[in-house]
Amino acid sequence: MSARRDGAARENAPLPDDVVLRAVDITKTYGVTQALKGVNFEVRRGKVTVLFGENGAGKSTLMKILSGVEKPTSGHLELDGEVIALESTTHAVDRGISIIHQELNLCPNLNVRDSIFLGRELRRRGGAIDYAREGEITREVMARLEEEIAPTTLVSDLRLGQQQVVEIARALATDARILIMDEPTSALSAAEVIVLFKVIRELKAQNVAIVYISHHLEEAIEIADHAVVFRDGTLVATADAADIDLPWVVSKMVGRAAEYDFTGEPREHGDLALSIENVRVPDQDAGGRLAVNDVSLQVRAGEIVCLYGLMGAGRTELLEALAGRQPVAAGRVLLGGQDLRPLSISQRIAAGIGLVPEDRQRDGLVQLMSVGSNMSLASLRSMVRSWFVSRKKESADVGSMTGEVRVKTAGPEALITSLSGGNQQKVVIGKMLLTRPKVLLLDEPTRGIDVGAKGEIFALLFREARRGLAVLYATSEISEALTASHRVVVMSKGRVVREFDPRTTSREEVLAASGEPEPEALHIGAKE
Amino acid sequence: MSDTQAGTQAATGPRALSRRVNVNKLLVEGRALIALAIIIIGFSAMSPHFLEPDNLILMTRHVAMNAILAIGMLLVILNGGIDLSVGSTVGVTGVIAGYLLQGANIPFTDLVAYPSVWVVILISVAVGALVGYVNGLVITRLNVAPFIATLGMLYAARGIALLITNGETFTALRGEEKLGNTGFLSLLAGTPLGIPMPVWLMVVFAVVFSLLLNRTAFGRWLYATGGNERASELSGVPVRRIKVLIYVLAGFCAATVGLLLTADLPAATPRGGELYELNAIAAVVIGGAALSGGRGTIRGTIIGAFVIGFLVDGLVLVGVSVFWQQVIKGAVIVLAVAVDQIQQKLQKRREFKRAAASPPSTPAPGSDPALVGSR
Repeated sequence: MSARRDGAARENAPLPDDVVLRAVDITKTYGVTQALKGVNFEVRRGKVTVLFGENGAGKSTLMKILSGVEKPTSGHLELDGEVIALESTTHAVDRGISIIHQELNLCPNLNVRDSIFLGRELRRRGGAIDYAREGEITREVMARLEEEIAPTTLVSDLRLGQQQVVEIARALATDARILIMDEPTSALSAAEVIVLFKVIRELKAQNVAIVYISHHLEEAIEIADHAVVFRDGTLVATADAADIDLPWVVSKMVGRAAEYDFTGEPREHGDLALSIENVRVPDQDAGGRLAVNDVSLQVRAGEIVCLYGLMGAGRTELLEALAGRQPVAAGRVLLGGQDLRPLSISQRIAAGIGLVPEDRQRDGLVQLMSVGSNMSLASLRSMVRSWFVSRKKESADVGSMTGEVRVKTAGPEALITSLSGGNQQKVVIGKMLLTRPKVLLLDEPTRGIDVGAKGEIFALLFREARRGLAVLYATSEISEALTASHRVVVMSKGRVVREFDPRTTSREEVLAASGEPEPEALHIGAKE
Repeated sequence: MSDTQAGTQAATGPRALSRRVNVNKLLVEGRALIALAIIIIGFSAMSPHFLEPDNLILMTRHVAMNAILAIGMLLVILNGGIDLSVGSTVGVTGVIAGYLLQGANIPFTDLVAYPSVWVVILISVAVGALVGYVNGLVITRLNVAPFIATLGMLYAARGIALLITNGETFTALRGEEKLGNTGFLSLLAGTPLGIPMPVWLMVVFAVVFSLLLNRTAFGRWLYATGGNERASELSGVPVRRIKVLIYVLAGFCAATVGLLLTADLPAATPRGGELYELNAIAAVVIGGAALSGGRGTIRGTIIGAFVIGFLVDGLVLVGVSVFWQQVIKGAVIVLAVAVDQIQQKLQKRREFKRAAASPPSTPAPGSDPALVGSR
């Protein structure tokens, strides 16, 4: 009732009649982390509203709320001026709101047609699924997306980019009035992006409201009618497309807090720490393909090397192969002259190489355990004194590392899940540092953490580098690659394509090398 | 509930770093303790014999065997696995002990061996560990799900027990002075200081395995693998070796129970230990362990074993029909776990409320949110 009255009160302000969906004072908290801090947001009919913001700024959380995946902690949504509460995604789809998720949410064991209609199957009289009709719609949507994917192809037989096309097709098949696209192009080729943009323009002409999120800023600016910028869970700026350009977006996105620049760090590198020669790693999902193809790379002690590349470039596979998670099919991996290939993960950690994984929740943390137990997990062997883990040694090690990596915690006994993303990541990094590594591998070390913690994590890595640690990290954020590394190695489609000195390289050069679609290419596609 | 902030956020499980009593842990085990208290108070009100020392000792003797089995089961469940074969392992190891005691034919000869009692015990325990080792290998090397692998072993081990005895029961367990194989019964069915041997062994197992779980790297690794196997593996935890070892230990516990059961009856029957695995799982679950792994304690498991044991014996004592006993036992198991789930949900809701109520941490631009309040 009170929410409704709020809505009425707002009507005093002139309501632009093209607003279909409005989020009012939305907040969302996960445990102690505040993902959204009172956001007001509008979606307009026949327009593309683009959301900008760094990882963890709150964009994806807001999209999850708009599409019924999550419920807001406080605040409400208005659809056509009417207060609604979305109970589920199906509920949202019924109301005409569809989402293309950032993560692929497909069941690999289903075929394309069944994936597209999962949860809202078309029925014939009597209740049987109308496969013929479903197949027809699937073919139509695929034709629209200019993809030659048969409706009965198994999702697991598709490459990543095609799977993303299926996600897009799923949203298109709902005839949504509001279409939310959360990083729809992360796995698409340049040609596929051009087709998607053509489809978006068609949808606009049909009065569909589109919300668009992308890390590819140039691409997003190109398609935008309205721009909205998020930072740290707050909406910090809105503007019409005519008034924005890349510098404006970047300055609003990062604010002042993110301005870290480590390009001036000393470059007195020591001996060769890690040497990778002609390494090949098979693709775990698609048999026969190589995720990493003939990669050679060298990292010296005290050096921080950034692996830049798009999703699917093979960065994660390379790092996991180095850590021992995935097998190396061919080539040599030498850690200070020692061949790593026959070693298990624990033997590699003992030899001095460890990985801070990309997916913190899935691969980095034991959620049931405390901060201290998580931090000591990889180095417990060194704490054993006559059969038992020495409590004295453990709490001393954990205590000093907590200080070194600056974890903000109530104490070593606090549950790991009570920490913010940035502090959780510091625990994972601290865990690997406690093993006294010579080489530290990090996969997207700043994914999903706030701006301040990002700078801190890099400060920490550069401090360890000055002490002789060799660091190899992967990122898909161009600003990170150019400000926080001694050397940028660009990967594309499993190969190392270029190397750059971040001091003398522009964003455009790196983007071009990584195979991102050029903004010009999008223009050409649009005019067709 | 707690007076300090650290207390309210303290981790569950025994691997917290300090010795301080953990509030959440008490809550989880609390419900098993409450159930036990209700059972004791209820039955002692219904029957004056319930609390008599003789009855308590008898009941604890029954509890002890299930508790030892449940300790092994706890290790497996902490890892996120399950061992359905322990009941059959009890049977096969008991039968092997009986077979050896009454004289074992040495194959391809006419000779009969009469190994001494200690050798008998050693061989039986080794067989139990071997059964677990096979389970562990099938699970880790052949990637068979624990449920399936141990279900297969449940049948196979029972079959072997039947093959050894040809379906019969060995009763000549006393041994003979001149053969030097006496003492099995007096050792395992004895009552040193008036306390039955199974109870002594339960105490020893509880202490040893508590130390193992709470103080050794193995224990920490076991909790970690159950909590998140992928993260543990990337942290260098020897995930496979741990998995094999816990099934070996579960088999070892089962063999111990096999020996105790044989001495207790006193007879080695191929049907010994049937359905024991279910009682063991029930004890572990009532004791607060999560079947998904990573959560559970020895103390909780022992309390769970007491709940099951006292409940069953109490129902017999007050004369509830055998059929109703089954219904009540089933209801108690489900109820205990349901209460646990509700409790966890409430606790989570409390945490969320607290988080929502806390003032938003909006740092000034340029300041460092992660540094606020760090030491």
